[in-house]
Amino acid sequence: MLYALLCYNNEAAVCGLSKEDDEAMMSRVRAAEEKIVAKSKFGPRLRLMPTTAATFVKAGQDPLVIDGPFAETKEQLLGFWIVDCASLEDAIEAGKHLAREREFGGVEVRPISAYVPPAEAT
Amino acid sequence: MNDLSWIDQALSAARPQVVGALMRYFRDLDTAEEAFQEACLRALKNWPQKGPPRDPAAWLIFVGRNAGVDDIRKRGRQQALPDEETLSDLDDTEPSMAERLDNADYRDDVLRLLFICCHPDLPATQQIAMALRIVSGLTVPEIARAFLVSEAAMEQRITRAKRKVAAAGVEFETPSAVDRVERIATVTAMVYLLFNEGYSASGGEAHIREPLCDEAIRLGYLLLRMYPGEPELMGLVALMLFQHARVPARLDAEGEIVLLDEQDRSLWRGSLMAEAAALIEKAARHNRPGTYQLQAAIAYEHAKAKQAVDTDWRAIDQYYQMLETLQPSPVITLNRAVAVSKHAGATDALQLIEPLSGSLEGYFHFHGVRGALLLELGRSREARAAFEKAISCANTTAEASHIRRHLDRLQKGAEGMPA
Repeated sequence: MLYALLCYNNEAAVCGLSKEDDEAMMSRVRAAEEKIVAKSKFGPRLRLMPTTAATFVKAGQDPLVIDGPFAETKEQLLGFWIVDCASLEDAIEAGKHLAREREFGGVEVRPISAYVPPAEAT
Repeated sequence: MNDLSWIDQALSAARPQVVGALMRYFRDLDTAEEAFQEACLRALKNWPQKGPPRDPAAWLIFVGRNAGVDDIRKRGRQQALPDEETLSDLDDTEPSMAERLDNADYRDDVLRLLFICCHPDLPATQQIAMALRIVSGLTVPEIARAFLVSEAAMEQRITRAKRKVAAAGVEFETPSAVDRVERIATVTAMVYLLFNEGYSASGGEAHIREPLCDEAIRLGYLLLRMYPGEPELMGLVALMLFQHARVPARLDAEGEIVLLDEQDRSLWRGSLMAEAAALIEKAARHNRPGTYQLQAAIAYEHAKAKQAVDTDWRAIDQYYQMLETLQPSPVITLNRAVAVSKHAGATDALQLIEPLSGSLEGYFHFHGVRGALLLELGRSREARAAFEKAISCANTTAEASHIRRHLDRLQKGAEGMPA
């Protein structure tokens, strides 16, 4: 079975970390990853940029693009796609294709700040 | 996990909202701050066992109100009191509390709090010190260290600033849309000023003052989360991130400033620049250019160039022209002249800055740039005069020694020439 492990935390607190504290947090994460890889295979691992860098494409025939706030608290994360685009405009265009397919919710376009492909998992 | 730093992080992240809400409730900054302190103490007692509440800010506001009301009652200033039983029944009240305080309330509270720190009667350094103390929650010794003054002096500065603000009176009405825009602009300027306080440091001060940059960026994020659709806030955060990304390359081993052209670009922090670039791209979709967005766009052009020679000076020149239109200033024209000299040549650049000689008479960089342009055109005698003028206007020894190197080179050139 494939599982997605999704990381949740208070963004305001994490964004406020100094460089040293952020590095300390990431090295704890890497240590935890070492334990996982002893037993399981890794798919891609990635870190997202904060929501302040994201855009939201609302579901509908003519999708509305907004800067935030994003999904309603009553909506849950159902899935995600990773796309490689030359510009934000292209990524939003991709998001619109998906948003037109549904009536509710929407698609958040969030840049990825760090990406480790499966092949590099140790 | 035994590590309780998550509580510290949650408390400082919630601080602006909580102190802002408590200030609206008590209509007094000192009472609000004390109530917040008390709420933090109770959080430290409660959260390790129970885990963080669903909405830490709502929890702290509620507990802070209780504590403040208690305190006021003890001092016998107020008779009418809410029922103690209902107040202490947190489990029931917290969710409704969180619902009542929607985002709009939070936003106005935090903005009001930041805005009173920028009171026009306060000099810039006091505005920044107030924001660091009240909004960021830095301690007085921490702020004093960053400003390189004694604790007593900083304590006095903040007390005086608070008194002035209290005397001026705080507007507690919900701000109108126009007021809000003005407040955002004032607060944004203060945040960038704070960033520059940290960024402009060199020598031994640089290390001590870097926390000011971290704090400014934090405040920038705070504003951006409150107003996610404001392109100028995206521009401000992007600009600070671009500049912050260059910090590892900015100073040499002696702590002297290394100019952008000469920095080792492999030391720039790529992840920060990537985020800044994402913000600039997001802002550009609005088609509402502003001064922070344009400055960030210029920083982005530098970030894109793998080496200094790859810089697209033509694009930078265009951004400076847009800046000149939005905010005409001789300093911007001077900066534009540098971009012009790189893509059109020194003659054009010199022509651009000659009319500034009056307004920038005492400005170090004007004479430095002018000297470099004259030198490039082989007008050594005039170049020497400009450099000497620059040295007389230098603000730091680093600035002076930078120009002296040009003069030494000129000297050597002259000695090599036949008499």
